[in-house]
Amino acid sequence: MSDAYSGPVTGHVPVLRLGDVLLVTLQGDLHDSTAQQLQQDLAETVSRTGVRGVLIDISGVEIVDSFLGRVLAEIAAQAKLLAARTVVAGMRPAVAITLVELGLTLPGLGTALSTEAGMELLSQQAPSRPGGPRQESP
Amino acid sequence: MHTAAGVEACLPIRSDMDLVWVRQHVRQAAARLGFGLVDQTKLVTAASELARNTLVHGGGGQMAAQHVSSRGSQGLRLAFSDEGPGIADLELALSDGYTSGGGLGMGLSGARRLVHDFEIDSAPGSGTTVRVTCWVVRPPRPREGV
Repeated sequence: MSDAYSGPVTGHVPVLRLGDVLLVTLQGDLHDSTAQQLQQDLAETVSRTGVRGVLIDISGVEIVDSFLGRVLAEIAAQAKLLAARTVVAGMRPAVAITLVELGLTLPGLGTALSTEAGMELLSQQAPSRPGGPRQESP
Repeated sequence: MHTAAGVEACLPIRSDMDLVWVRQHVRQAAARLGFGLVDQTKLVTAASELARNTLVHGGGGQMAAQHVSSRGSQGLRLAFSDEGPGIADLELALSDGYTSGGGLGMGLSGARRLVHDFEIDSAPGSGTTVRVTCWVVRPPRPREGV
């Protein structure tokens, strides 16, 4: 079954900066230690760069168990303390069904159906800053 | 006719790397037996929760996967066993939100909701074995107090 197998991911997950947002793409089957490393890397990167948003694309993730669910919730909570919002984008329908049945609804997580929609959400809700490109009037 | 080849296996659970192999094996076995995508996802998620319990609470152990059939239905049975400290209060361990390991407390109770049959054997000092079974075609089952 090579189609479903994209190899276990070890070490660091790349964190990309796009303007005011950090973009992380999770793919395949994550080791517990890799997920925890990502959590730590994101806290440090948010703090260092002062970005206003974290976007995590999980469209390539086949399962979210309570461990990964907890890591995602903790990433959102720690980002919030560091003045950034977190959006999880692209969750597969089967993953959503399973998470609800498992009892994990992850109420603190922002969600979007695609990375594009997630970027839109983060740029809309970021408070406008002096000199920033988006200064809509209410 | 789906083939059971490649379904039966006994895998060690000694590290978080082994959790990855357990998930891969369960997904492949479930796909081979003809489970749909949602049921595959539920089964792999349940296996991940139970394998992590074996590792974290049981100090490591193994998972045995077995093809079962009953009245024309194909099923996958997974047995997770360890020789750890065992569970003193099963009812408490199976309740939502109870945790002894710093997690969310949804692993065991959540895994039970994701499968059709769930059995647990444990006593203090004699390890823990959890057996779960999922069927490709579900037998009708009464919905217990929602």
